Amino acid sequence: MAASYKNQKLRSSLVINGTLILICLLWILPTLGVFVTSLRNSQDIFTSGWWTVLPHKENLQTGEFKVDPAVNVDEPMQFEGVTATFEELRQGVTLPDGRMLTWYGNKRTRTIIVTEEQWVGFFSKPLTLDNYVDVLTGKEIRFTDAAGNEIIRKGNNLGSAFLNSIAVAVPSTIIPILIAAFAAFGFSWLNFPGRGLMFTMVVAILVVPLQISLVPILQDYTKLNLNGTFLGIWLAHTGFGLPLATYLLFNYMSTLPRDLLEAAFMDGASNFTIFTKLILPLSIPALASFAIFQFLWVWNDYLIALVFLGDKNRVVTYALASIVGEKGQDWHLLTSGAFVSMLLPLAVFFALQRFFVRGLLAGSVKG
Amino acid sequence: MQNSQNKSSGTTGIFAGLVVTIGRILISFFVPVITFLVLWQVFIFLRDSSAPQIVIVVVAIIWGVAGVALLYVVSNWFVEQLPGPWARRLQPFVYIGPAVVIMGWYLAVPVLRTLVLSFKDEIGVKWVGFDNYIFAFTDRIMLETFRNNLLWMIVGTFFSVGLGLLVAVLADRSRFEAVYKSIIFMPMAISFVGAGVIWKFVYTYKGEGVGIEEIGLLNAMVLALGGQSQPWLSLPPWNNLFLIVIMIWLQTGFALVVISSAIKGIPLELLEAARIDGATEVQAFFSITIPYIKGTLITVTTTIVIFSLKLFDIVRVMTGGNNGTNVIANEFYLQRFTYGNTGRASAIAIVLLIAVIPVIVNNLREFNKERRAF
Repeated sequence: MAASYKNQKLRSSLVINGTLILICLLWILPTLGVFVTSLRNSQDIFTSGWWTVLPHKENLQTGEFKVDPAVNVDEPMQFEGVTATFEELRQGVTLPDGRMLTWYGNKRTRTIIVTEEQWVGFFSKPLTLDNYVDVLTGKEIRFTDAAGNEIIRKGNNLGSAFLNSIAVAVPSTIIPILIAAFAAFGFSWLNFPGRGLMFTMVVAILVVPLQISLVPILQDYTKLNLNGTFLGIWLAHTGFGLPLATYLLFNYMSTLPRDLLEAAFMDGASNFTIFTKLILPLSIPALASFAIFQFLWVWNDYLIALVFLGDKNRVVTYALASIVGEKGQDWHLLTSGAFVSMLLPLAVFFALQRFFVRGLLAGSVKG
Repeated sequence: MQNSQNKSSGTTGIFAGLVVTIGRILISFFVPVITFLVLWQVFIFLRDSSAPQIVIVVVAIIWGVAGVALLYVVSNWFVEQLPGPWARRLQPFVYIGPAVVIMGWYLAVPVLRTLVLSFKDEIGVKWVGFDNYIFAFTDRIMLETFRNNLLWMIVGTFFSVGLGLLVAVLADRSRFEAVYKSIIFMPMAISFVGAGVIWKFVYTYKGEGVGIEEIGLLNAMVLALGGQSQPWLSLPPWNNLFLIVIMIWLQTGFALVVISSAIKGIPLELLEAARIDGATEVQAFFSITIPYIKGTLITVTTTIVIFSLKLFDIVRVMTGGNNGTNVIANEFYLQRFTYGNTGRASAIAIVLLIAVIPVIVNNLREFNKERRAF
């Protein structure tokens, strides 16, 4: 009885872990493939799948010989005891001992390549960091078009895009948090007319799709000459991030113990002192969670960067998307570029997983 | 003293009220406008300077952040210099004003402005009545985007939530729960553009020919199983499903983590009692787990449905909306930025807004229920 119960438990544990391992494998394979590919030579990437870095059997060339000029290539030919036509040789003919003969090129080359299936081990072809060097640095290409205008086309230059992304993401994270923290404090601790109405607005615009704003805000930006500037995109991310930030921080701050703050107020502390000395330090968990969410949101954002920043200050998502558009089959650039763009978010993910999860869950309703 | 004040309150009360209101409005705009102007000066410096990029980046970050902080300090100091009652009346607006003004500019007012634009022509000059809406609801491409978005919302959400639930329940019984969860959750850290590249590589197709080896994982697997390699992303209508797989890959982690934390909240006694009563694991799952986490399931589903409604990046990067894969948000982008038609783009944005109105109403209702704090 006990033994069978144990057996059953073992079996169900095997089924559970087996299913989960299978799903996880499915989940991780695409990313793994891109990672491995980013480290392979661009020639290898194009000729063989990334999984060939694992041990496998491969046709390796072991020899090559010229066909005697006297042989008529339009009739069946005999080599190494096997008779075959040109067409068959073109496809490859297997010898009794396992070797394979393949005609190289057209009839005039008269070259036959001998290959043999052999086991190759891990990483049979050397890995390289060249792809990363290629994608991070970018040469400028200058040329003059028909009308005589000088056109400068930037290289991939993901290194510069990485810096731009930092220049966009850091202020776009801190500014909305700062503004939202003040507002949340005002909404949760101060009394003023219109408070309920204004906070209702915050709740109402929480899930408004930001497509609503793009057309009118772009008109304003054109008038204010803000298109393509850091300031423009900071403000945009601030505007789109504020409702959620205010809402989350309000929820957090309004649960802080009231007597503590009343005591501080009795002691004659001003609102500003209470906010900076008491409320802000107490709200650090909420601030950190939202900061991580907002930082990743901004870092990974493509739409807002595409609309408000465009080509003038390329961020990593924009740069990566334009490599997809311009060089869609250059997998050595695409894979290494993708990994450069994922570097920082993945580091945040693994280093701050708990905050990350909390921030992401709290922020998932964002419009 | 008291008496005289009461007497005059009839006339000066209105006057004082007016001044206070104007003061409040001014103070709300004070910080954002000054901040804007100060940032503007540095922006001009940054635009015109030829300093190395790293210097520009550092200056931009410090100036942007410190500028905002400084202006709060200054305007707070300014208000605190005012006589007591004035300071008390105006100070809250120093704190909430900037946030309200910015939110108003970026989200609340644009709702009305977009609504107005949606009744105008492509450059926003002439009134065209409902023409843009007639386009939005009858055009062949728009109908295609509706079909595709529906597909995204139904298939994508179903599998994201379903797989999330499955993994959450299974992982709950495994010792390696944390490992499984972080693997499934990891794609949430990646941008949609990055995810697009990852999956484009899975689907890549080289075609037939002598000596050509497929380097895409999917085609290699299909070939190994004896099938034919295919250009997966150019095969309508199936290519939509291949794109939806990407969204499932991204969103399952989110569903998993939320559902998993809800499952952890189920009291163990409840499940134990059911088992003692002879319920099988499956019965316990349907009669206890599911009803207990129903609220969470609804929240997760709503969130993912909204996400798939506004989906843009994946389609933009993978297919650009070609080959029958267009979605509403991409058509919005095309109308505004490729065809330069603000009227139609605005109408499409309003369609998106209408689709989320039920959620907005629900949020407001929930908020009003908890509003006793106000």
